[in-house]
Amino acid sequence: MSAKEVKVYSTPTCPYCKMTKKFLEDNGIKYQDLNVAQDKAARDEMINKSGQMGVPVIDIDGELILGFDQAQLKEKLGL
Amino acid sequence: MYELITIGGGPAGMTAAVYTARKRIEALLLSKDVGGQVLWTVGIENYMGYQYIEGPELIQKFEGQVKQFPLEQKIGQGVAALSRTDAGFEVKTEGGDSYQAKAVIVATGKRPRQLNVPGEEKLKGRGVTYCAICDGPIFAGEKVAVIGGGNSALEAASDMVKIAEHVYLVSLTPLTGDQILIDRVKDASNLNIFLEHEVVEIEGSKRVEGVTIKDLKSGKKKSGEKKLDVGGVFVEIGLIPNSEIVRGIAKLNGLGEIEVNCACETGVPGLFAAGDVTNVPEKQIVVAAGEGAKAALQAHRYLQRL
Repeated sequence: MSAKEVKVYSTPTCPYCKMTKKFLEDNGIKYQDLNVAQDKAARDEMINKSGQMGVPVIDIDGELILGFDQAQLKEKLGL
Repeated sequence: MYELITIGGGPAGMTAAVYTARKRIEALLLSKDVGGQVLWTVGIENYMGYQYIEGPELIQKFEGQVKQFPLEQKIGQGVAALSRTDAGFEVKTEGGDSYQAKAVIVATGKRPRQLNVPGEEKLKGRGVTYCAICDGPIFAGEKVAVIGGGNSALEAASDMVKIAEHVYLVSLTPLTGDQILIDRVKDASNLNIFLEHEVVEIEGSKRVEGVTIKDLKSGKKKSGEKKLDVGGVFVEIGLIPNSEIVRGIAKLNGLGEIEVNCACETGVPGLFAAGDVTNVPEKQIVVAAGEGAKAALQAHRYLQRL
């Protein structure tokens, strides 16, 4: 199985973002962390892609998950 | 058929899980998430054993403690319905799964209260947020409204005055939060406070464009209404208990909390409740954890008597 490209749009203060990243790390999934509090371009990208302004947003090969949803993460990552 | 199902993964539910596992009860822990409200808590200085710990870290420790015992857990799905059966209870999840048990502990905690005004539902996640510490930074440089007058509203306002262009703090009552937090925001040059104002409507099509508020003293007159041009609305007006699943089965108080006695019994044989979802005074992590322990031990006694 080829590795999926995973991006996490997050803020440093958001507990669900921390849980999401920990979940990915615990499962050995590499991801790109985009801090939307600092990175204005990433913020705009997230809002455009997801049509909404809540974090975390997880992009797995172009498919989006809003919020820390373990069931969906497992399904989309094939865990 | 399980002997016991614990619903909820906050301090009460996780402590109950540890106690049930140690009693070798055939049990299932069902929860939408792990941690509950503790996740929102930044610094904790009153949970014994830790002089200072952050919410997510304390929850990781709780999780680790639960995992050292053999216990079945299903995390990720909320519970949609609870009903009584001849043998005990049936629990249905939002995903449509169904589980049976002889006894149930409800430890479902609380969730943020909504305004229930036009526009709110449609614009959720599109500028309307219930987690200021999560989503606040996304609104850097914008104008925002913080709704509420308690500690969480004041904390949101004090975070936002540092990064937003302008902050409006709108409270139905005089400010009720701690004076130390009021002092932190009251002199900010980019903050306006509207006391005794209610939110009438949140406007916007694809995202929040404004919020209409009304002076309570103006009565029915339209002249008391004012529109604030904001891109974000932070709703911080307290919490409500996640007690819907027991409505019609157990007794709720006027706040919607499940009424329990000092043994966590609801009055329905086999149905126990613990933590912030109950009428037990003081919503504290240490209290919820203690209540979870009590509920589990009482449930164990109940199962032995069957």
